Amino acid sequence: MRDAFIATLTEHARKNPRIALITGDLGFGVLTKYAEELPGQYVNAGVAEQNMTAIAAGMALSGWQTYTYSIANFTTLRCLEQIRNDVCYHDADVTVVSVGGGFSYGQLGMSHFATEDLAILRAIPNIRVVAPSEEWETQDLAAELAATPGPAYLRLDKGRGGIARREGEVARLGKARLVREGSDVTLVSIGAILKECIGAAAELEKSGISTRILSISSLKPFDEQSVLDAARETGGIITVEEHSVIGGLGGTVAETLLENGAQPGFFRRVGLKDQYPTVVGDQDYLRKAYGMDAASIAAIARAAL
Amino acid sequence: MTLRNDPVADPAIMAHRIRKHALEMTSRGKSSHIGSVMSMADILAVLYARVLNVDPSRPEDPLRDRVILSKGHGGAGIYAALAERGFFDPELLKGHYQNGSIFSGHVSHKGVPGVDLSTGSLGHGLGVGTGMALAAKRMNETWRAFVVMSDGECDEGSVWEAAMFAGHHKLSNLIAIIDYNKIQSLAPVAETLALEPFADKWRAFGWAVQESDGHDVAALEAALRTAPDSNGKPTVVIAHTTKGKGVSFMEDAVLWHYRTAQGDELEAARAELAAIDPEIDHA
Repeated sequence: MRDAFIATLTEHARKNPRIALITGDLGFGVLTKYAEELPGQYVNAGVAEQNMTAIAAGMALSGWQTYTYSIANFTTLRCLEQIRNDVCYHDADVTVVSVGGGFSYGQLGMSHFATEDLAILRAIPNIRVVAPSEEWETQDLAAELAATPGPAYLRLDKGRGGIARREGEVARLGKARLVREGSDVTLVSIGAILKECIGAAAELEKSGISTRILSISSLKPFDEQSVLDAARETGGIITVEEHSVIGGLGGTVAETLLENGAQPGFFRRVGLKDQYPTVVGDQDYLRKAYGMDAASIAAIARAAL
Repeated sequence: MTLRNDPVADPAIMAHRIRKHALEMTSRGKSSHIGSVMSMADILAVLYARVLNVDPSRPEDPLRDRVILSKGHGGAGIYAALAERGFFDPELLKGHYQNGSIFSGHVSHKGVPGVDLSTGSLGHGLGVGTGMALAAKRMNETWRAFVVMSDGECDEGSVWEAAMFAGHHKLSNLIAIIDYNKIQSLAPVAETLALEPFADKWRAFGWAVQESDGHDVAALEAALRTAPDSNGKPTVVIAHTTKGKGVSFMEDAVLWHYRTAQGDELEAARAELAAIDPEIDHA
């Protein structure tokens, strides 16, 4: 997804000389081509994310469209106040790009797990919060962000959701994608963990359980209607996120349902339960270890039904 | 006795008016930081009266010099300076700190022409100013970014991240001015986190350093006019100031970081400022 983003950004940057990519000294091999081709639109801010974000804001307030780039929490939590005060309060055209949502860097340990970012960024006014599940979605959404100035957060997973673009399909900000139709339960996922929902649906199908899947790539703006429909039309809702269950997708869906008087037959949140992962492993291993793999999701659905 | 009344032509007059406005604004709002505003009044006056290329009729001009008051708690000071420079009616200053006002205690740009960055959390301004200066360089434009900072603010690590970046990238169009009054929120700087050797720190980060009496408007102007540095370095003017300058009982006192002048103290402060009014030519 990272490569798809850089490819899209490069395309836009070639056409718009006021686009700049600012990295916090990360992106070995990935940013080389961009940096060589567009040196005047590239900045390595060094290992200094507060300043990276401040520079991005300062350039954006001077007519540029800027992108900050680093791994996991370094572009977000480390410099959260710069995002809040310097970028979002000023409506600066800055997209904060985080590579490695959730357990993408599963062997690197707690510091590299982005597991609270969605909740925290979502609470800041005036920022779009975007987490694509696939490369083609990344391309579509990065293009839309580039075309619509203003603060944004783009969370790029290492894994992939596994659903190719259908004929004529376009990923849009504020629109959920109906990945699979079903009536007994709706799985709502954000980002590449969609793959586990697809696995869970296949598993549930064996027991005759019909599963709807909604893929959310845009947490803010959020497609409220998609989950309101799911509450009315299916037996219950399970949210799935490679993230804390607090305040992210599960929180967004719960708030939407309750405030709109839509009561699903049941509601469960799959994700990290207010805890730090203390073991490492690849993304698949950690999803399983923390109960958010296909089998765990299917088991939760069965229990709820 | 003759009256002169052009603050734009005379930074001493503008500084005095900033002090008078700030005294009234902070006493009306019962707000803090009068000492911090008095301290930097001459810096703001020299900038707005002499140095900055800004046009109040075109506050969004893309080629204007940018100004960031990174010590955002001095909001009353920059609002007063902007009003005196003609960005808006000084009458509006009466709204400062009042319910429903856009003139917040710390600087906010929303609805206030001439404010280039909202601040209040310390350590943000130099980084954003650095980004502005980098943008200008990359666009081959000649405007400059000025950042007015406090000394206590230099405790923030983000200040030194920006300092390192600006030095490395030779952002000669970036000018920082430090209001070095040597008193921070709770105690003297030297007893909190010592900054000395302060000038050497900036030199080590690749900056051209000017030191100046922060209340001598001619000296300040001369120091600011050394930028851009001939070696391409960013410039920092370390302005040696007195916190609370202009009102004897506020000077050099930690107390007046937070205390607000009311009653007799307000009257005494008004009287002291009136006695040194540069708009009245005693010659």
